[in-house]
Amino acid sequence: MAYDKFTVLNSTAVPLPIENVDTDQIIPARFLKATERVGFGDNLFRDWRYKQDGTPKPDFVLNQGKYHGKILVGGKNFGSGSSREHAAWAVYDYGFRCVISSFFADIFRNNCLNIGVLPVQVSPEFLAEIFNAIKSNPQTELEVNLGNQTVSLLKSGTTESFHINPYKKENLQNGYDDIDYLLNLKEDIKGFAQNTPL
Amino acid sequence: MPKTLFDKVWDSHVVHQIKEGPDVLFIDRHMIHEVTSPVAFLGLKNRNINVLYPERTFATADHNTPTLNQHLPVQDPLSANQLETLERNALEHQISYWGLGHEKNGIVHVVGPEYGITLPGATMVCGDSHTSTHGAFGAIAFGIGTSEVEMVLASQCIMQPKPKKMRITITGQLQNGVSPKDVALFIISQLTTSGATGYFVEYAGEVFESMSMEGRMTVCNLSIEMGARGGMIAPDQKTFEYIKGREFTPQGVAWDKAMAYWSTLTSDSDAVFDKEITFDGSRIEPMITYGTNPGMGTGITKKIPNASSVEGAQTTYQKSLDYMGYHEGETLLGKKIDYVFLGSCTNGRIEDFRAFTELVKGRQRAKHVTAWLVPGSHKVLNAIKKEGLFDTLTQAGFELREPGCSACLAMNDDKIPAGKYAVSTSNRNFEGRQGPGSRTLLASPTVAAAAAVTGKVTDPRELMNT
Ligand code: SF4
Repeated sequence: MAYDKFTVLNSTAVPLPIENVDTDQIIPARFLKATERVGFGDNLFRDWRYKQDGTPKPDFVLNQGKYHGKILVGGKNFGSGSSREHAAWAVYDYGFRCVISSFFADIFRNNCLNIGVLPVQVSPEFLAEIFNAIKSNPQTELEVNLGNQTVSLLKSGTTESFHINPYKKENLQNGYDDIDYLLNLKEDIKGFAQNTPL
Repeated sequence: MPKTLFDKVWDSHVVHQIKEGPDVLFIDRHMIHEVTSPVAFLGLKNRNINVLYPERTFATADHNTPTLNQHLPVQDPLSANQLETLERNALEHQISYWGLGHEKNGIVHVVGPEYGITLPGATMVCGDSHTSTHGAFGAIAFGIGTSEVEMVLASQCIMQPKPKKMRITITGQLQNGVSPKDVALFIISQLTTSGATGYFVEYAGEVFESMSMEGRMTVCNLSIEMGARGGMIAPDQKTFEYIKGREFTPQGVAWDKAMAYWSTLTSDSDAVFDKEITFDGSRIEPMITYGTNPGMGTGITKKIPNASSVEGAQTTYQKSLDYMGYHEGETLLGKKIDYVFLGSCTNGRIEDFRAFTELVKGRQRAKHVTAWLVPGSHKVLNAIKKEGLFDTLTQAGFELREPGCSACLAMNDDKIPAGKYAVSTSNRNFEGRQGPGSRTLLASPTVAAAAAVTGKVTDPRELMNT
């Protein structure tokens, strides 16, 4: 599925300083019954966000008007658990284009990259600094620059660079996806298939 | 250059290498189910393309299916729609489809091995993270997202950077009452849920060599819970005997050809792993979890650790214990249990039902315990009946349900009520995993059986000696 190109993102951020946020929290299984990719943002963090009767839990960060923006900042080991791409869809559909953490689970990271959400891995120290900055001022702006592979706290000027695979970087910058690439390799793939032992 | 088992299988499936980018990896066999495939098929439709090799994809309905009255129409309209969509997509693209009620129906990772879809040296993927199960046969098997499901349908390939390699060796012999599930929960408790992120694991050592294929599947299944992409075990005589003659296993000349390849599938003695870890198997006890991730596990006789001794989760440790209604330093033995769930792709195979039945035999289900016994497939269900386990279970006050994922992810009606405690043989104890507000204690079938007859957390070894 095509997505918006990602170049430079300037935004405030929503802090979620919790470790091991698993995909069952990002989107509980009972909301995986759709056959189309629509409406997942409404159920992002469903059980942390809403009581069982559907009323919002005032303590949860997404229900506190003061935090908003296109960047989600999460604790270590973000996105562990299930392979459900619905978790990444929910993050995207809610309006986030970037997730920052000090560590990501593999499948979630891949899923994000495949749908146009940029996972940015920073050092634990910088992550703590970002959390502190947002806590003391919810209007704190961050800049995520994909071209330079940097993330900065605009006010203090603290910057850290992050790693991304050059191929994936180019895809995100252009809004390409892997299937376009694979379809171009079709003849090679067919040749390969003829010689596989299984 | 010396190679690991993982290198051998991976390298022989690389169709194309992108400089500094991911490898284009050929996928031998692909399994799909109703939850993570519909949007992938929609993608094909939007691009106006077909499935490249329909014979390499297999569809089963499992995640969202009822476990009672499967012969009746599915009541929940959303679930019914998802199941119908899978059927329609499979038919339209000529993919083998084992829907609800089909004799081959069951959980993807249970039916794959049962019908010889899972093979040594193969690459296998499925839109479910526990695809790592199939690594028990020496396959590279891992879970993928829906975009990747679409890639495999369209091109039989996915694009992945090659993971790093880790070997976990467990030496010695397991104590009586200690099962493969305990081995896996033990490893995860030592490594934490992110300890193997970025790695593909090979399990080696006497403990795995002497383990049954079912047990190896349980261990490989849980690889993802320590963050690993997958886990695998070198195929041996036991593996070949298991797969021989199954429906989708190569036959005749093809078998001989495959055997020639399979016999090369061990890590070279001088192969180098990025990380090596060794444990002494004789020191593992029956395990149980007390928190809200699978790494929060401990020997059943031990106390819940203090936050200060737990690495990497300080800020959430208390939140986790609060959710469970437990405290630091408490012992779990004797804690009341309301539900028992035997099933899932982790422990829903015949060996698991044998172990459970063995312990409850001649005893009675505790009155206040609701037990859901859900076989992983029809084949398992039939074996339970044929081996007489069914009668023993009935005498002990248990009922059997029909196959499916059931309370493993609680997408259907099998939801543990809020606040209730369940000992589950599945793979995840996340908040609300088994239903909103549910509290899960992960354990082996034997530990689950002990809880089912006593109504509380019980060391099964106490019941085994009597
Ligand atoms: S039993 Fe659970 S883990 Fe296994 S395939 Fe089903 S939902 Fe996934």
